[in-house]
Amino acid sequence: MLLLTGCDFLLFDPKGPIAAEQMDLIIISALVMLIVVIPVIVMSIWFPIKFRASNTKNEYKPNWEHSNKIEAVVWTIPILIIIALGTITYYTSFSLDPRKPIESDKPTMVVQVVAMDWKWLFIYPEQGIATVNEMAMPVDTPVEFLVTSDTVMNSFFVPQLGTQIYAMSGMENRVHLIGEEEGTYLGFSANYSGFGFSGMKFDAIVTSDQGFEDWVAKVKAAPQALDDEKLAELRVKSRDVAPMHFSNVNPLLFSNIIEHYTGALNGE
Amino acid sequence: MSTVLAAPEPGYTGYVEEEHHHDYAGDSVFGFWVYILSDCILFATLFAVYAVLQNNFAGSIEARELFELNYVLGETALLLASSFTFGMAMLAANRDSMKGLYGWLWVTFALGLGFLIMEVNEFVHFTHEGAGAWDSGAWSAFYGLIGTHGLHVFAGMVWMLVLFALLKRDGLSTENRTRLALLSVFWHFLDIIWICVFSFVYLMGVM
Amino acid sequence: MASNHTVVTEPHILFGKLTFDSIPYHDPILVTTFTVVVIGSLGLVGAVIYFGKLKYLWKEWLTSVDHKKIGIMYVIASLIMLLRGFSDALLMRSQQAIAVASESGAGYLPPEHYDQIFTAHGVIMIFFVAMPLVVGLMNIVVPLQIGARDVAFPFLNSLSFWLFVVGALLLNISLFVGEFAATGWLAYPPLSGLEYSPWVGVDYWLWALQISGIGTLLTGVNFVVTILRMRAPGMTLMKMPVFTWTSLCANVLIVAAFPILTVTITLLTLDRYLGTHFFTGDMGGNQMMYVNLIWAWGHPEVYILILPAFGIFSEVTATFSRKRLFGYTSLVWATACIMVLSFIVWLHHFFTMGAGASVNAFFGIATMIISIPTGVKLFNWLFTMYKGRVEYSSPMWFTVAFFVTFTIGGMTGVMLAIPAANFVLHNSLFLIAHFHNVIIGGSLFGYFAGLIYWWPKATGFMLDEKLSKWACGLWTVGFFMAFMPLYVLGFMGMTRRLNYYDNPVWNMWLLVAAAGALIVLAGILVQLYSIFASIRDQKKNQDVTGDPWNGRTLEWSTSSPPPFYNFAKLPQVRDRDHWHDMKEHGLAYQRPEKYNRIHMPKNTWAGAVMGGFFLMLGFAMVWHIWWMAILGFAGIMGSWIVYAFERNKDYYVEVEEIEAIENAHYERMERAKQRKDDVADDVVTISV
Repeated sequence: MLLLTGCDFLLFDPKGPIAAEQMDLIIISALVMLIVVIPVIVMSIWFPIKFRASNTKNEYKPNWEHSNKIEAVVWTIPILIIIALGTITYYTSFSLDPRKPIESDKPTMVVQVVAMDWKWLFIYPEQGIATVNEMAMPVDTPVEFLVTSDTVMNSFFVPQLGTQIYAMSGMENRVHLIGEEEGTYLGFSANYSGFGFSGMKFDAIVTSDQGFEDWVAKVKAAPQALDDEKLAELRVKSRDVAPMHFSNVNPLLFSNIIEHYTGALNGE
Repeated sequence: MSTVLAAPEPGYTGYVEEEHHHDYAGDSVFGFWVYILSDCILFATLFAVYAVLQNNFAGSIEARELFELNYVLGETALLLASSFTFGMAMLAANRDSMKGLYGWLWVTFALGLGFLIMEVNEFVHFTHEGAGAWDSGAWSAFYGLIGTHGLHVFAGMVWMLVLFALLKRDGLSTENRTRLALLSVFWHFLDIIWICVFSFVYLMGVM
Repeated sequence: MASNHTVVTEPHILFGKLTFDSIPYHDPILVTTFTVVVIGSLGLVGAVIYFGKLKYLWKEWLTSVDHKKIGIMYVIASLIMLLRGFSDALLMRSQQAIAVASESGAGYLPPEHYDQIFTAHGVIMIFFVAMPLVVGLMNIVVPLQIGARDVAFPFLNSLSFWLFVVGALLLNISLFVGEFAATGWLAYPPLSGLEYSPWVGVDYWLWALQISGIGTLLTGVNFVVTILRMRAPGMTLMKMPVFTWTSLCANVLIVAAFPILTVTITLLTLDRYLGTHFFTGDMGGNQMMYVNLIWAWGHPEVYILILPAFGIFSEVTATFSRKRLFGYTSLVWATACIMVLSFIVWLHHFFTMGAGASVNAFFGIATMIISIPTGVKLFNWLFTMYKGRVEYSSPMWFTVAFFVTFTIGGMTGVMLAIPAANFVLHNSLFLIAHFHNVIIGGSLFGYFAGLIYWWPKATGFMLDEKLSKWACGLWTVGFFMAFMPLYVLGFMGMTRRLNYYDNPVWNMWLLVAAAGALIVLAGILVQLYSIFASIRDQKKNQDVTGDPWNGRTLEWSTSSPPPFYNFAKLPQVRDRDHWHDMKEHGLAYQRPEKYNRIHMPKNTWAGAVMGGFFLMLGFAMVWHIWWMAILGFAGIMGSWIVYAFERNKDYYVEVEEIEAIENAHYERMERAKQRKDDVADDVVTISV
C-alpha cells in the first residue's frame, strides 16, 4: 500500500533515543507474547477441528480432567514469560523514568509547558521568550520539560520524541526528552480536555544549534510580549490557534500559574 | 487423570426427601454483615480521601485551631454509651421483656440524638469560624467523612423509630428479632467507625 | 445542544434550572429520534393495553420477585440499550470516517455533540449493556445451578432491577431534556467540575450512575448470600458449577468495589452542588485523587464483567465437548487469584500521570501477574476440548471466536502494562482497540454464548442455530475489521476522542473501521431478527425436555422454562456435574413419589414504586427542583416503610398445584418422546 510508508507510523519512526527504546519495548513485548499467543490460537482452531464430534476415530476420554504434566506446563510457561517481561518492566520503569535526566555533554535546556484551552503555551525561561503551539529545541540537546496546566487535565505528547506526561493545574510534572534528528514533528494533547481538544496540536521543531538560535532570534523579534493583557487574552477559550510568538515573558509566569491553583493566595 | 464416580448408594434418588426448614433469619443476618463489609470499604475510601486532603487548608482556618478534644470526648461518651444501652436492649429482648426493650431503646435513641445535636452544633460553629465544607479541600474531607458517619447515625435512628412501631404492632416476632439483630450490628459498627474517626481525625488532628 | 440553552443561575422555585430551551428542539437528529421513541413507546403501550395485557404485565412481570423473570427483564433492557450505545458507535465511526480537516467543524457532528456521544457510548456500554447482561444471566442461571428456589433477598432483587432501569431512563432523558456529560465516560475533574461543565450534563451522569450503582451493590450482597447459603444439600463449594464460582467472585468484587464508586460520585456531587473542594483545581482539591479513586473502582469493574463470561465459556466448552471440564480446581483458584489481584493493579490506567518509577513498576508487574491465571484458564478450556467430542453449536462458535479474539486482546494488554511502553501508547487508539478487544471478544462474546445457551431454559424454545452462527460470523469479522485498524492507528500516533484530524492516511484506516462497524451492525440485526423469528417459530423450536444441549449441570434438570418454584424437590448433589451424573446412572427424569409444600415469596409493588420515586429524585436533583427532590426522597422512604409493615410477604405453594405442574411436564416429555420414536429423523446431532 502506497500510503503505508514507515513515516506514517510515528511510534515506529523515533527521532530520539527514548522513543527508540520505547519502540523496541513494544516490539519485544509483542514478540515475547507471541510465544504463547500463537500456540493458543493454533490450538483454539486445531482442537475443535481435530476433535469434532463427527470424527469418531479420535480417542474419546470424557472423564479425563486432570494432568499434572499439563498443569505444570500451563502454569510454568506463562510464569516464565511474565518473569521475563516483569524484569524488563522493572528496569525500563527506572531507565525510562520521565524524571530521569538524560546524560549528555550538552547541558539540559529547560522548557516550561502550560496547557490552556485549547492550545499549548511554551515558555523558555533561559531565553526569555514564549510561544503558542510551536516548540523548538536544538538537536542532540537534552530538554527538561516542566509541564502544568492552566485549565483541566491534558497530556503533553510528541510521539516521535517519546514519553507523554499529564499536565495538571497546580502541579509541575517533568519529562526529559531529546531529539537526535532534525525535523518538525507532531505534538498534541493526549488527554481529552473539552470541545477544542482536537485542535490542540503543535509543531515540535528539532533543529541544529544555529537553527535554534535563529528561531530564538525570530521569536525575540516578535511585535508582542506575553504581558498580563496578552495572558488574559490567551486565557479566553479558543480553538485551532495558529502559532504565536512572544518576544518577552515574565520569568516567574510558570510558577505564578501553578501558584494560582495551589497558593494560599486562593484562600482569600 | 480421569474421574469416574462410583455408582450411587442404593436408595439414592437424587432428591432430598425431607427438606430442612431454611434459616431465613440467618440469611438476613449474614447478608447484613456482607453489607457492613461494603460499608467498611465506603468508610475506608472516605478515610483515604481524608488522609490525602487533610492538610490542604488553602489558607482557611486549620483543624488544630478549631478542634476541641473535650467536646469530642463528650460526643464519644454519648455514642459509646448508646452502644452499651443497645446491648442492654438486646439482653431485654432475649428475656422477652418488652418494657425493658422499649426503655433501653429509648435511652439509646436519646443518646444518639444527643450525639447528633452535638455534632451539628460543632459543624455550625466551625462553619461560622470559616471552616465550612466549601472553604478548602481539608474541610471538605472532614465533613465528607464525619458527615457520612453522622448520616449513618441519623439513618439508624430513623430505623429505630420504624422498629418501635413494628414492635408495638407485632411484639417480638421472628422478623422483629431479626430486625433488632441487624440494627444492633449497624449501631455497633457505627460506634467502631467513630472510634477510628476520633483517633484518626480529631486526635491526630491536634497533634 | 449545549450551546443554545439558557444558563439559569437562580433555580426557579417550581422548575429549578429547567427552561423551554433546555429541550433541543432545533436539533434535527434529536427531534427525529425523540419522535421515533415517542411513537414507538406509545405504540408499545397501546398494544399492551389493546391486548388487555396491562394487568398481566404488572402482576406477573413488573412486580415480580422471581429471579428468572427479573433476569429476562435485565436482558431485554440491556439489548435495548445496546441499540442506543451502538448507534452512538456508528455516529462516532461515521464522523471520524469523514472528518479530515485542518480545523474544527468538519464532519456533521460538532464537538459539542460528538463529545457527548462518545461519553454516552462508554457509559451505556459498561453500565447499561454489559452490567445488566451479566446480572441478568446470573439472575436466570445461578439459583438454578445451585438448586435453590430463588435468591436470598427477592425483594432487593426486584429493587436492584428497577434502580438500573431508572439509571438508564435518566441517561436517555438527558438526550431530550438538557444534555449529557461531555467529559469521557469516567468524567475526570476538573473538566467535570462546575467551572468547566456548568450545565446539567455531568449531573445526569452522576445521578444515573449513583442510582443504578446502589442497585448493583444490592445485587452483589444478594448473590454472595445466595451462593454461600442456599446451595442444595451435598453441593460443597468445590462441587459448584464454574459459572456459579465466577459469579461468586464477581459479586464479591461488586461488594468490595462499588462503595468506592458511590463515594467518588458523591464527592463530585458535593463539589458541584455545595461547592466543596474534593477535586477542584484550587482551594486544596486534588484531581489526581479522583483518578485514583475512580480506577480503584474501575479496574475491579472490568473483572466483574469478564469473570462470569469466563464461567460461561467453562460451561459451554464442557457441554459441547461432551466432556468433563479440564482442571476445575485450578480454574477455581485462578478465578480467585484474578479476583484478589484485580484490586492491586488500578494505577496501570494512568502510568503517565507521573507517579514515579517504583510505583509504576509495582503496578506494571502486578498487572502482568494477572495474565498468568488468565492464561491458565485458556489452556484449561483448550484441554477440555482435547479428546472430547466437539459439537459446533453456536455457543461453541462464540467460544472459539473468544479464544482467538481475547488472546490478542490479552496480548496487547500485557504490552500496555509495561509503563515505559505505556508512555507512548496511553490514550491512543491502540488502547481503545485493546479494551474493545477484551470486552467484546471476552465479555460480550461470553454473554452472547450464554444468552443462546440458556435461552431455551429461560423461554422454553431454542433460538435459530443458523442465524446465531451468522451473527457470530458477522460480529467476529466486523470486530476485527473495526478494531484492528485502531491498533494500526495507535502506532501511527492517533489519540482518542478526536472529532477531526488532518492526516489523510488515518482517514483510510478509519474508513475500514467504519465498514467494520457496519458489519457488526449486520450482526446485531441478524441477532434481533433471530429473536423475532425464534419467537414466531417457537412451537417448532420448543425445548420439551428442558435439556436441549445434553447439559451437565443442575439447571438442565428442570423444565424449560422451569416452574416458578424451580425444583419441586431439592436435589441431593454428589458431583459437580450433577445432572450428567444423574443421566449416567439412569436417575434422570424420575417422577418423585410425593411432593411437599413449597415456601415462596410473593410479588411486590415496592420495587417498581420505589424505582419511580428514585426517578423523580434523580431528575429533580439534576435540575435543582428541590420540592420534587424532597417529594421523591419522601416517597422512597415512605414506600420502604410501608413495605416493611406489610405482613404476608410469602406463601406456601400447595401440593396439588405442584403435582399438576410437574405431571404436565412429565406428560409433555412422554408425548414428545413418542413423537420422536415415531419419526425416522434423529434431531440430536448439531451440524456445522
